[in-house]
Amino acid sequence: MQPAVNASRFRAAHQADWERLERLVALVEKRSVRALDDDDLIAMPLLYRTALSSLSLARASSLDRALVDYLEQLCTRAYFQLYGVTDTGLAQLRRFFARTWPGAVRELWRETLASLALTVAAVLAGYLMVRSDPAWFYGLIPDAMAQGRDPAASAASLHATLHSSEQSMLTTFATFLFTHNAQIAIFSFALGLAFGVPTVLLLLYNGLSLGALLAVFAGKGVGGPFACWLAIHGTTELFAVILSGAAGLRIGIALAFPGRLAREDAAMAAGRQGALVMAGSVAMLAVAGLLEGIGRQVVDGDGPRLLIGLVMLTGWLCFFYLPRRPAAVER
Amino acid sequence: MAAASLSRAFVTPEGVDLGLDLASAGTRAAAFLIDLLFQLGVLVLLTIGIAYIGVVRRMEAIGILWLLGAFALRNGWFILFETGGRGATPGKRIMGVRVVARDGARLTGGAVVARNAMREVEVFLPLSFLGVQAASGVADAFLTLFALGWSGIFLFFPLFNRDRLRMGDLIAGTWVVRVVGGALGSDLGAVRPQRHFSQAALDLYGEYELQALEEVLRGARPDAMATVAAAIRAKAELPADGDDAGFLHDYYAALCARLERRMALGRRRADKHAARADR
Repeated sequence: MQPAVNASRFRAAHQADWERLERLVALVEKRSVRALDDDDLIAMPLLYRTALSSLSLARASSLDRALVDYLEQLCTRAYFQLYGVTDTGLAQLRRFFARTWPGAVRELWRETLASLALTVAAVLAGYLMVRSDPAWFYGLIPDAMAQGRDPAASAASLHATLHSSEQSMLTTFATFLFTHNAQIAIFSFALGLAFGVPTVLLLLYNGLSLGALLAVFAGKGVGGPFACWLAIHGTTELFAVILSGAAGLRIGIALAFPGRLAREDAAMAAGRQGALVMAGSVAMLAVAGLLEGIGRQVVDGDGPRLLIGLVMLTGWLCFFYLPRRPAAVER
Repeated sequence: MAAASLSRAFVTPEGVDLGLDLASAGTRAAAFLIDLLFQLGVLVLLTIGIAYIGVVRRMEAIGILWLLGAFALRNGWFILFETGGRGATPGKRIMGVRVVARDGARLTGGAVVARNAMREVEVFLPLSFLGVQAASGVADAFLTLFALGWSGIFLFFPLFNRDRLRMGDLIAGTWVVRVVGGALGSDLGAVRPQRHFSQAALDLYGEYELQALEEVLRGARPDAMATVAAAIRAKAELPADGDDAGFLHDYYAALCARLERRMALGRRRADKHAARADR
């Protein structure tokens, strides 16, 4: 004798399929899509469509609330595993470094130029300000950061800071610098939210302090060694800061002038693209941290320091901007 | 069930509306706090680990751990877990929610990084700023108020938009939805009813009451069942027979079958106040 309620007949006919789908979805969620064998892999989309049509039928013909709820959650979970799933972490990472990151950097070239111009202008301004009146220095750079490298210091002591062989707490200091810089990179991306104004301020401040330090060293005739001391990690570090500033500017511009897109969509596109550039900048800053923490201690000569810095800069430029074979790039 | 206002139409390419439920602000705050606790736990465990395995220059190693580890955890934790297949951190898994792209497409790495980088500005920037100022003893009332106000704007931002979007969600084009796995409830209509009910008795209720009855039956609390059974019997003028559960199951099956037959004919009845279906 047949049961009286539609849901019962319906369950009897399809429950095995639903349960198989549920098992597969749970397996994919817990491990990865590679945990499925070939049969299951072929079956999963079919089972998903079966469950979807079951859901439509159940909504139209059954009053069993539990059944409809169950099918809704099952279809939702299956949908996100079938349509929303990403690659394995390693494959994503490889694609990020090979294609997505340089691609995103290239697309931000206008913002990168603007960011570079801002930095250069700020360096010049900082330099000229401190050269004309050393008192500016104390307004631009806090004592903790100056560490005795102020206009009152002698040329010899300034020179000594560039070639100190002091090793204690060196790794801690390098780590601190890296986390600090990475934090700044994230901020200059995220603060693009406020129409990019804080991002511009961060870039300007960064440039001003650099210019001020440069002025102090140049004023005592050790500008050359200072530039070399800075170049070994500075080319990488400044490039990274400029790029993450560009990412923040992109968001700010998209929010202020969304063009033909809705403001929300423009912000979204800029945010996703900028995030890639910013994430890459953090990786660059890690490299800069290594160069600063280890490279600079090992390499003591001015010439080699400058050379390493220039090689790094050329390397980054080639990596980002050299044309490469087009491929089906997914962002 | 989530409140109706948090339910969003979501049509799959196959043309079926899955009806996503957005996570409530409370759920998301709880998930975030759980994640923070986990991260703190990891840091503490690593610290203890370093302290026990005699590393040379132990204090320096611990210092580096808290500098770099805290930074890497704070940012990496969310990004790593959310780029995974489940799109959820452990905290989100516990609360039964996940991150998905608002357009239903793949959740890309860029989106995950964007939504999590924003958190630095939303929560950690003002708090760490405040922390540094307080530590050096220069946090005045104005600064404190500013930092709290800043955090407050971002913190309560999800409450001021329909979709419970955080600033990071807005920029990344994502939202957080409920995905709760659950077993299929037992089939209440599988057994043929032993009792027979008159048309008048079955005409008392509509779909809303049927599903309320379903909830009572699945809840299986004797006192609730007794109350409901008594109410139905009084209304249908049926004598008590001492078997509340059996009575309710039979009544459910009979009512469900009748309402489903009417539904097939295009005569749905939403609740008991709706016009009584034709005889």
